[in-house]
Amino acid sequence: MDEIQKNLLEQVAGLHEMPAGAYNIRANGMSVDRSTTAHIDIVTKTDKQGIDIVIKPGTKKESVHIPVVLSQSGLTEMVYNDFYVGDDCDVTIVAGCGIHNSGDSDSRHDGLHSFYIGKNSHVKYVEKHYGSGDGTGGRIMNPETKVEVGENSFMEMETVQIKGVDSTKRFTGAKLADGARIVVTEKLMTHGSQVAETSFQVDLEGEGSSANIISRSVARDDSRQVFYSKINGNNRCKGHSECDGIIMDRAHISAIPEITASHLDAELIHEAAIGKIAGDQITKLMTLGLTEAEAEAQIVNGFLK
Amino acid sequence: MLELRNLCFQVSDDARKQKEEGHSKEIIKDVNLTFDDHAFIAITGPNGGGKSTLAKLIMGIEQPSSGQILYNGTDITGLSITERANLGISFAFQQPVRFKGIKVRDLIQLAAGNGENGHSTVAFPSICDYLSKVGLCARDYVNRDIDNSLSGGELKRIEIATIIARNTPLSVFDEPEAGIDLWSFNNLIQVFEEMHRESRNSLIIISHQERILNIADEIVVLADGNVQDRGRRGDILPELLKGTESCRFYQQPAVVQ
Repeated sequence: MDEIQKNLLEQVAGLHEMPAGAYNIRANGMSVDRSTTAHIDIVTKTDKQGIDIVIKPGTKKESVHIPVVLSQSGLTEMVYNDFYVGDDCDVTIVAGCGIHNSGDSDSRHDGLHSFYIGKNSHVKYVEKHYGSGDGTGGRIMNPETKVEVGENSFMEMETVQIKGVDSTKRFTGAKLADGARIVVTEKLMTHGSQVAETSFQVDLEGEGSSANIISRSVARDDSRQVFYSKINGNNRCKGHSECDGIIMDRAHISAIPEITASHLDAELIHEAAIGKIAGDQITKLMTLGLTEAEAEAQIVNGFLK
Repeated sequence: MLELRNLCFQVSDDARKQKEEGHSKEIIKDVNLTFDDHAFIAITGPNGGGKSTLAKLIMGIEQPSSGQILYNGTDITGLSITERANLGISFAFQQPVRFKGIKVRDLIQLAAGNGENGHSTVAFPSICDYLSKVGLCARDYVNRDIDNSLSGGELKRIEIATIIARNTPLSVFDEPEAGIDLWSFNNLIQVFEEMHRESRNSLIIISHQERILNIADEIVVLADGNVQDRGRRGDILPELLKGTESCRFYQQPAVVQ
């Protein structure tokens, strides 16, 4: 791997060197390095691009890193990664994609991640997206995540896209069994003329299932964001979604919630707030000696931390 | 150290309506006040008398319609909030601001780092000291967000901790007692006494509370945008406390200018 790829890797996976545990590193459309453990296997798909990650029942405190980096301008790929997580597991999965485009044609990574989680498991899934390079070619990412959370399992998902991605269209879908939980935290910042669309659909099928979708976003310059969230409560369940947006400059943010209850004991809540940075927040930080620009940066960084 | 010269402030919004009605509302009317080094001054007076506005004018949060503010002999009337903060003026908000994602330790660090760029880091023990001075157990608070999860009283105490952390030559407190429970109130009195005793810094406290007026060296009575009286605590306070008997300050008829 070259320096550009190493930098992308650090940005999306926080990796300086090869991680402990299982990993698969994909660079410019090819698997360049892989490691498996006694409990976690990674197998290349034979019918299409992508890998199967198989985590044996009872696997505890292990991690899987599967970062993707693209540094070749004009590359377009569609990757399918399937995660099979057994019963009684406790694992952390770190995915992410970094695109460096210094050319004039678009680079694009589309990924479909499917999770099949067994019973009584805890999965923490972290996904970071990052773009760099000063070419006129677009850096485009369209990630799709589909999750089936088994009985009494807990899926914790964190997605971050702070810098450099020109266009993104994200879909996250989840189906929850009895007693299953999902918490999704999304942090998004767009600038320039970037466009980001993010869409959630959660089906609370199981009794006692719950979902909490939290999105915090900042739109600056002329960028545009759309946030869709759809929660269906089909049993005794709890669903909550929250979209909190800071708008700056000439940007646009839309929040479009939909909550549907088909069961008497489904409790569903949606909260959305979009606005500019509160003037008194800037004033307070200025009374501590920060300039207006420093105060603004502090507020935005804190909000997305 | 601080001098207010012929300071006036008029409400400027809805200006057209005021013009039609032929008057504009004056909140501060030709106020002249001088504060010495190591002053401990309470500003009191009826609601709507202009106290909070005066505090905001000193910090630069509001701009006067006319008049001057001098700080250590320099005219700071045209300076921004940031510039005044860096000259050594602090301001405690009557209603402290909430932030999503900024932690108590972040805010205290920002407050304490009043060097050139305001970004020095403060050791963990001193963050704890600042918090325990305002009666908060540091361990429970340092990593909490300054958001809706904090009560009004907690927020108020954190606000005061940021002022202690700044340790500037002049601190202005806008009704520090508002929203604080009785137990913390004793604590608050001690905080002000200690700040006054242990440094040469000056304190200006906007307050309605007898017990705060009772620890100040001097009291300024502001009503209807004017300084009605100013003097040593021993001279002013008894008059104020006569209350209903004299109504000298609190039911002052409109002053003939």
